[in-house]
Amino acid sequence: MSTEFAQKSHEALVDAKLQLAIYTATGRLKEKRSDVVSDSALPDYQELRTQANAIKKHTIDNLDHYLEEFERNVEGHGGKVVYCKDGTEVSDFVLSLAKERAAHLIVKSKSMTTEEVDLNERLEHHGMESVETDLGEYILQLAHQRPYHIVAPALHMTRYQVADLFERELHVPRETAIEKQTALARAVLRQKFLAADVGISGANFLVADSGAVVIVENEGNARLTTSAPKIHIAVAGIEKVIPRAQDLATFLKLLARSATGQLLSVYTSFLSGPRRAGEIDGPDEFYVVLLDNGRTRLLPDKNKRQSLYCIRCGACLNTCPVYRKIGGHSFPWVYSGPIGAILTPQFMGVQHEPALPFASSLCGACGEVCPVKIDIPKILLELRSDVKKSDAREGRNRLEKLGFRAFAWLMTHPRMFEMAGRIGRSMGWPTSTKGPLAAWLSERDLPPLPAHSFRELWSRR
Amino acid sequence: MGRRVSLFVTCMVDQLFPQVGMAMADVLERAGCQVDFPEDQTCCGQPAFNSGYRNEARTVARHFLNTFEASEAVVVPSGSCTAMIVHHFAELFHKEPETLARVHALEKRVWEFSTFLTQVAGVEDVGACLERVVTFHDGCHGLRELGVKDAPRRLLAHVRGLELREMTPAEECCGFGGTFAVKFSELSGAMARTKIDAIQRTGASTVVSADPSCLMQIQGALTRAGSDIGTLHLAEVLASR
Repeated sequence: MSTEFAQKSHEALVDAKLQLAIYTATGRLKEKRSDVVSDSALPDYQELRTQANAIKKHTIDNLDHYLEEFERNVEGHGGKVVYCKDGTEVSDFVLSLAKERAAHLIVKSKSMTTEEVDLNERLEHHGMESVETDLGEYILQLAHQRPYHIVAPALHMTRYQVADLFERELHVPRETAIEKQTALARAVLRQKFLAADVGISGANFLVADSGAVVIVENEGNARLTTSAPKIHIAVAGIEKVIPRAQDLATFLKLLARSATGQLLSVYTSFLSGPRRAGEIDGPDEFYVVLLDNGRTRLLPDKNKRQSLYCIRCGACLNTCPVYRKIGGHSFPWVYSGPIGAILTPQFMGVQHEPALPFASSLCGACGEVCPVKIDIPKILLELRSDVKKSDAREGRNRLEKLGFRAFAWLMTHPRMFEMAGRIGRSMGWPTSTKGPLAAWLSERDLPPLPAHSFRELWSRR
Repeated sequence: MGRRVSLFVTCMVDQLFPQVGMAMADVLERAGCQVDFPEDQTCCGQPAFNSGYRNEARTVARHFLNTFEASEAVVVPSGSCTAMIVHHFAELFHKEPETLARVHALEKRVWEFSTFLTQVAGVEDVGACLERVVTFHDGCHGLRELGVKDAPRRLLAHVRGLELREMTPAEECCGFGGTFAVKFSELSGAMARTKIDAIQRTGASTVVSADPSCLMQIQGALTRAGSDIGTLHLAEVLASR
């Protein structure tokens, strides 16, 4: 097991306050979700999931077609579509546009895709000021941390920690009431909105047949980000496209319910192009950055590419008994929890953190709550096999491989299996200071060994 | 009557919890089945499969297939092992059409114990009697891959003297997960302790489950925590008189 993942998991596990914070916050989200998708609250929930899965499958199977349709329709509205293969291309595009327009201040609304390519850091490196305007993201930007959770980025922080942070970073009196903390952030951010030259948002859906970017949010900051500055840039992964506006009827019902247990997010914005003549609101320029960043590498695998169906609701995190213990920062990339465990190895290679697909009890809770029915446990199993194949190629973990060969041999030789068991029982549990037995004993007791195996008892029956 | 049933007791029950296998045989016989034990049986291969060693898992799965192909029905005291056979064997043999056909033919005849009793044998009351307050732990694979939820509860409802108190949440993993339990022992132990908290809140004296591996994890953690709460496999409860 890689030391960093193990070390961070351990640190989370021994931090009692953090344990309580994660368990409580995810528990609340989990409960709210299960209330609003219950049989009585949403009788057609399972049909919606099946539909969403079918739409996503169809779209990913025909991704080039729908991206081209989306592009045509965005340009028809006077917007521009920019394809970027990685984070460098995204920041190059933003920087060159900013330079041409003499822009310095950027406001940002929440976007996992920009987190994925460290956009803020890249822009700041070139002297731009890029300010997160989602409250949770703003807190994390001040704290120089990455999101802890796909939907609730500052889920791990208490209001007391936020009070200390604001006092230190904003030079304001310490304030522990959440409403007052929000007001403090709002006062700072309002000025940024008014002065910003560029607004960068993410996108929840890209609608091919209408060339619209759809953004759902609760704070209203995305609406301001996309309408107050003169330039709006939406950054989205290529997998965010859906064929038709009417498909939103399926996805919007599922997204807010799965993410936060809301029937609908507070704001749902449909953005299609810059402000037209005679319109009051909206930017002068409208760009959609379509990011690959490894996504097309997932396409050849007909099963695993369902990972691209993800709508980033975070339901799998909230229900995952592993995420609820080790939290988001133990994971090696911005995507954490079950979805992170399948995305990271596929985007970055299985050896980036080979322990990741194994850090699951395979309980299946993630697959059960996924609104687009990604079979996460099955993909984890396939990734485990990929790790072992890669290990074999590179000569890693030879002892374990040998162990499983011995296991397979023993399990195909019943008499030897029987004899091994008999010898084992006569000797009792070995005492060992390392290895699997010691690992078991570090947390639990072992069952007493029976005097006889089942087959021995059966033969005497 | 006289339905022929083969026991697949699983490697774990065979070697560590033989009383579970004996109880299962007893209950099945009381339900009117004619029980046999194919002696060549060992394991379903899940440890290798879940660890990413598919070739080794395939070898063991093939052995299982050869051992049980002649059986009319195979009954298993574990939702997890049953799910391995009925859901994952097919993945292992997708490149061998002939073997795959044999797998598909067999998987229809492999049953998780409580499902077999309620759906195939059509029995809910096996005449068991146990004065005990219990709580039931849903094994994840049985629950989510096979839909085992009501069957064990219906069976428990007919046990005289037994009171079932549901824990919240009953459906959360105990943290076993096969090699996960030792590869990520600290994490697995933390998950087990959360499970134990839920168990203790019920006031039950015994945890019942249809999965021996979950019970080994839960019992191990209970004992380590100094608790006197015990564990029983569903078959043991149903065999009580």
